[in-house]
Amino acid sequence: MPHLATYVGLLHHSERSLAEALRTVGEGHAAEADVYHVCDTLAKMSEEHVRRLEPIVRRYGEQRHGDDVEEPERLYADGPGEIRKGPVGLLRDLQDLYVLATLVQTTWTAVGQAAQGVRDRELLELAQASETETGRQLSWLTTRLKAAAPQALIVAP
Amino acid sequence: MDRIADIWGPRTPHARGTVWPARVDRHLQEGVAEEDVERWVRSACVLCSNGCGCEIAVRDGRMVGVRGVATDVVNHGRLGPKGLYGSWDWANSPDRLTRPLVRENGRLVETDWDTAMARIAEVSRRLLDEKGPLSHGFYTTGQLFLEEYYTLAVIGKAGLGTPHMDGNTRLCTATSAAAFKESFGTDGQPGSYTDIEHCDAIFLFGHNMPETQTVLWARVLDRTRADDPPKVVCVDPRRTKVAEEAERTGGVHLAPRVGTNMALMNGLTRELFANGRVDTAWVERHTLGVDDLRATVEPYTPEETARICGVDAEDVRRAARIFGESERVLSTVLQGFYQSHQATAAAVAVHNLHLLRGMIGRPGAGVLQMNGQPTAQNTRECGADGDLPGFRNWSNPAHVRELAELWNVDEMTIPHWAPPTHAMQIFRYAEQGSIGLLWISATNPAVSMPESARVRRILGGEQCFVVVQDLFLTETARLADVVLPAAGWGEKSGCFTNVNRTVHLSEKAVEPPGEARSDLDIFLMYADAMDFRDRDGAPLIKWRTPEEAFDAWRECSRGRPCDYSGLSYDKLRGPTGIPWPCTDEHPEGVDRLYGDGVFNTDPELCETYGHDLLTGGTVTPTEYRAKGPAGRAFLKGAPYVPPHEEASEEYPLLFTTGRTVYHFHTRTKTGRSRNLNDAAPDVWVELSVPDARRLGIAEGDRVRVESPRGAMEARARVGQVMEGAVFAPFHYGHWDLDEVVPEDFSRQANELTMTIWDPVSKQPYFKTAACRVVRVADGDGPAPAPTTTASRPVDPSVPPTRGGPGASTVAEVVDGFVPSYPNDPALPSGDTGHIAEVSAPGRS
Repeated sequence: MPHLATYVGLLHHSERSLAEALRTVGEGHAAEADVYHVCDTLAKMSEEHVRRLEPIVRRYGEQRHGDDVEEPERLYADGPGEIRKGPVGLLRDLQDLYVLATLVQTTWTAVGQAAQGVRDRELLELAQASETETGRQLSWLTTRLKAAAPQALIVAP
Repeated sequence: MDRIADIWGPRTPHARGTVWPARVDRHLQEGVAEEDVERWVRSACVLCSNGCGCEIAVRDGRMVGVRGVATDVVNHGRLGPKGLYGSWDWANSPDRLTRPLVRENGRLVETDWDTAMARIAEVSRRLLDEKGPLSHGFYTTGQLFLEEYYTLAVIGKAGLGTPHMDGNTRLCTATSAAAFKESFGTDGQPGSYTDIEHCDAIFLFGHNMPETQTVLWARVLDRTRADDPPKVVCVDPRRTKVAEEAERTGGVHLAPRVGTNMALMNGLTRELFANGRVDTAWVERHTLGVDDLRATVEPYTPEETARICGVDAEDVRRAARIFGESERVLSTVLQGFYQSHQATAAAVAVHNLHLLRGMIGRPGAGVLQMNGQPTAQNTRECGADGDLPGFRNWSNPAHVRELAELWNVDEMTIPHWAPPTHAMQIFRYAEQGSIGLLWISATNPAVSMPESARVRRILGGEQCFVVVQDLFLTETARLADVVLPAAGWGEKSGCFTNVNRTVHLSEKAVEPPGEARSDLDIFLMYADAMDFRDRDGAPLIKWRTPEEAFDAWRECSRGRPCDYSGLSYDKLRGPTGIPWPCTDEHPEGVDRLYGDGVFNTDPELCETYGHDLLTGGTVTPTEYRAKGPAGRAFLKGAPYVPPHEEASEEYPLLFTTGRTVYHFHTRTKTGRSRNLNDAAPDVWVELSVPDARRLGIAEGDRVRVESPRGAMEARARVGQVMEGAVFAPFHYGHWDLDEVVPEDFSRQANELTMTIWDPVSKQPYFKTAACRVVRVADGDGPAPAPTTTASRPVDPSVPPTRGGPGASTVAEVVDGFVPSYPNDPALPSGDTGHIAEVSAPGRS
């Protein structure tokens, strides 16, 4: 199952990126107290997914290189690395997090489908639980983005 | 009778299911006898959220006293110490604001109204031209009247079109409202105070009722001191009077570690499931989400709960058993939950307990999510806080359209693209300068908001023009660019609604001093200056008097859960306040909501589509509809997560703050009452015996309390707080009756608290900070803390707290008079509607 291994690898990588990105954005915008604290909560969700993925990675391997994994390799997305400043910067950083979180979510969807196919109950359960939690991450990101956008785009200095 | 020493007054115990006897409390200014009073003017007390019916004594054009109204459904004639000593005294204080002030060359100087209002209108117009309505923010209070909130809401939402409106009610009542919306679909208190007469157990969650709502506690005592007392369960890190009553009645005192309420609630909920105490049939018919809730609470065994919360596992079992075995439980919730970690989730968990047992909507089986401020309920209803008027849903286009039609404005004018901006975010925008005009009415954020040093910087900075309207030159007003002198309680007319949905009319008793004007008149003056118009070019605000404003609000509320359509000023001049909904169908109002087990969760009716309790992420309309709630209540759970700041090596203790019995809000009124001020004249800090011993601190020693954000100094009370926790009363600012307070702000508990809020209700947390305590100097006597309450000392030699000269009051129990209310479940059916014929004491 080389392609499943590739996707497990993709998951492992992107959940870790998401966790790191959430921490970077939260700490970078710490003056927005809610962003700081909720990003911490959301990062813990992703860190827990990474932890629970460890035995799965051991089971299927984690193939990231080779001719047949070219497409997923190109899918890899990294976090913002460095945060932007100010209200518009916050908006853009929330958008980056959103993009990263959707990659995580669709990868869980794909892996969940495969888990059904290989009748791997543990992986299926993890995929369903994680996809739900990624949905919560996305829901907060949308909520916060909607609240921040008018002030940032119309009034911010 | 000295009601400083005897806070709750004489007992009138009575059996379960019978009417709470009347007792009329009265206090007149020293030297004024009852026969000297020229007029008694109807009102209700605004010094806590209980909303006691009262009358104001007037003599020579001044307020000189107050008495309770025996026929009023809320208090049956009683008043508490704050109401007796603090409700009218401030009005005669020589330091009232009597003329507008404007800042000239850095100093506030007196001016006339035209100049002051012109300056506001000029800044307002310039900002509207340059940046649009999002440049305006309004931060209001829990002290205005319904008519004023509604007028302000229309100006803000339909005149300017800004979503940046909130009140200091965000600091007190936001979690109550949020929890109702999450569980039942809309705001609205389901229970009634009459539940006290019928319950067989009463749970107080983070609610120090003896100090925050003294008259309500008298009502509880009259049941617990009768022959068939309900069991009391107390959740509080301090050994309060509630905790003592819990012990007396065979209940439990649970003192969870600060910040761990959610773990405790999950533990109690799990016990109901584990012991088969769930009314499965009722839950099936009337709720959604039971399976998810069961799974969420499963890890919280009594032992695990005990480990997290620092309580005894057996006590968790006992408390849950009392809840599970009682037929009628009344739960009350206040700031111990609302201002603490995971606030909304913990408050919702109280609803869950009741829903699982099917204990809602019938006598004795109720939930009272309390308010801290008296008229907070009106900011929630009228939309002067972060809501739309009439409990309308900002994400339901039909609701926004209703408002647009009512106000005759374009729907697009009414901001509804996201939830209205909450107070903490408004201050953040003001800090960044994107809100350029911040209008603060009748509240004192420089003292009441968390991390006070930051709030002072925001208000004192150049980036934002600050307008303050108030009675006195408060700590906040001193930082303003324009200060407007306002009329207070007794100096203007209007209605307000208490926690319990009971509406009272408060009539003008005296003229305000100097050029002070009612808040309604000030808002109307601004509307005139700005010339706000509706779609047809007519003035947007179509009313000039309080009664006209009330009638406009009545139309706005029609058909919504908070329906006032059956109320009028005339009707409210009757013998008692009346609880909404009051309609043609229910002309005397409704005592208790959800008696039919049908909740306001229908997608077309509900006020919100809900949130994730852990993150505050919103549920989309589509997701909500897919649940098909159909009038069923939501059972919503959340796991416990550790608080945002935990004790560490550097800051080993947990800091918690709260209101105490002799002061209200930032002491603007109560600090000007000699008797209340003398009873607790200065701030103090409470430590447990083991912590005090470890730190070498004795009663009365001067200590410095430090958190990562700031410090305060106070004298230490070695008292009743749990080990590891430090308590300080909030809202001692740098103002004082005797003006002896140094200007270093070191009395303020909020120097230490964090800028952090609940993700759902956006209520800031005042009870989760880490701190350390350092001894500064020897004391020269005991701490200035009362001995009569949870602040009492361990040291028995501290002299008891008593009132001074002029503290004498009257409390009359009237033999043979049984109050009678149309909705009182204690009355045999049929025996209703005769209160107008009763000749009752305390009513002229």
